[in-house]
Amino acid sequence: MRAAVVTFPGSNCDYDCYKALQLFPGAEPRFVWHRERSLGDVDAVFLPGGFAHGDYLRAGAIARFSPVMTAVSAFAREGGLVVGICNGFQILCESGLLPGALLRNRTLRFRSQWVHIRVETTDNPFASAYDAGDVLRIPIAHGEGNYYADEKTLAELEDEDRVVFRYVNREGAVDPEANPNGSARSIAGILSHERNVLGLMPHPERAMEPILGSEDGRGLFESILASARVPGAAR
Amino acid sequence: MATHHIEVRVKPRAGLLDPQGAAVRHALESLGFSGVAEVRVGKVIDLDIEATSASEAIAAAEEMCRKLLANPVTEDFTVGRGPAAQPAGAKS
Repeated sequence: MRAAVVTFPGSNCDYDCYKALQLFPGAEPRFVWHRERSLGDVDAVFLPGGFAHGDYLRAGAIARFSPVMTAVSAFAREGGLVVGICNGFQILCESGLLPGALLRNRTLRFRSQWVHIRVETTDNPFASAYDAGDVLRIPIAHGEGNYYADEKTLAELEDEDRVVFRYVNREGAVDPEANPNGSARSIAGILSHERNVLGLMPHPERAMEPILGSEDGRGLFESILASARVPGAAR
Repeated sequence: MATHHIEVRVKPRAGLLDPQGAAVRHALESLGFSGVAEVRVGKVIDLDIEATSASEAIAAAEEMCRKLLANPVTEDFTVGRGPAAQPAGAKS
């Protein structure tokens, strides 16, 4: 599976994504600079975390107009797999590839900590290696991760089974105390209507090996690798 | 063509939780400013726009808001005449 990891000026998790992909013999990651107009021949695209363009104006607002985003949008429209992690999620929302927006954390604090998230649906190319109900321990690090969408959009996300991850407590129950940023309905990650674009605030690429404190993020990469191998699943 | 000074105000949409505004309200309260029922924090963007008329400059600024300056999901904006973004005599 060939994967593009897009680097924006200010990205700081691009190497984490790259290294996470390198853990799998079947994955061939490559960096794509944000000024590029083509992604090359790839099966998946990662928009990594960081502070693209300094998060000026709003997180993701300027990155959305980087030349590479035209190619990312076209790739997504063709059914290609696109994952936006943290700042990447913010960019996907700003560019309209995912609905809603990520507001300032309710606490106003930048939260850098471990959280528990529950796998809500495995009917997508990003979580098929997990079981529904699995509770994952994954780190977060963001100041603007408070997912917001109007009630109609939230209802649509639920009805169409597009909420992939939700913040939960250690026991796996939704709990306001375990919601680190005030996200609507404790949403940590969502899918596009066509289920080929995923945005999530937690960092699975930082939970890949025991030495990092957790390897619960591996399933996301395993899922993508598995679906990229199925002809027609990625394109 | 003339330079038109346009002021864009971007505010969190009414009814939307504004944690920044809430924090400022609490801070005002602790400083003894009682009676502040609500605070909303937004941003002001000054633009110097070359255009043939003020209305053309305003229309251009509104388009900029829809495309970039404001997030249509979470923010409202107003556009009007304002001060110069670059005061006369300042080095650019």
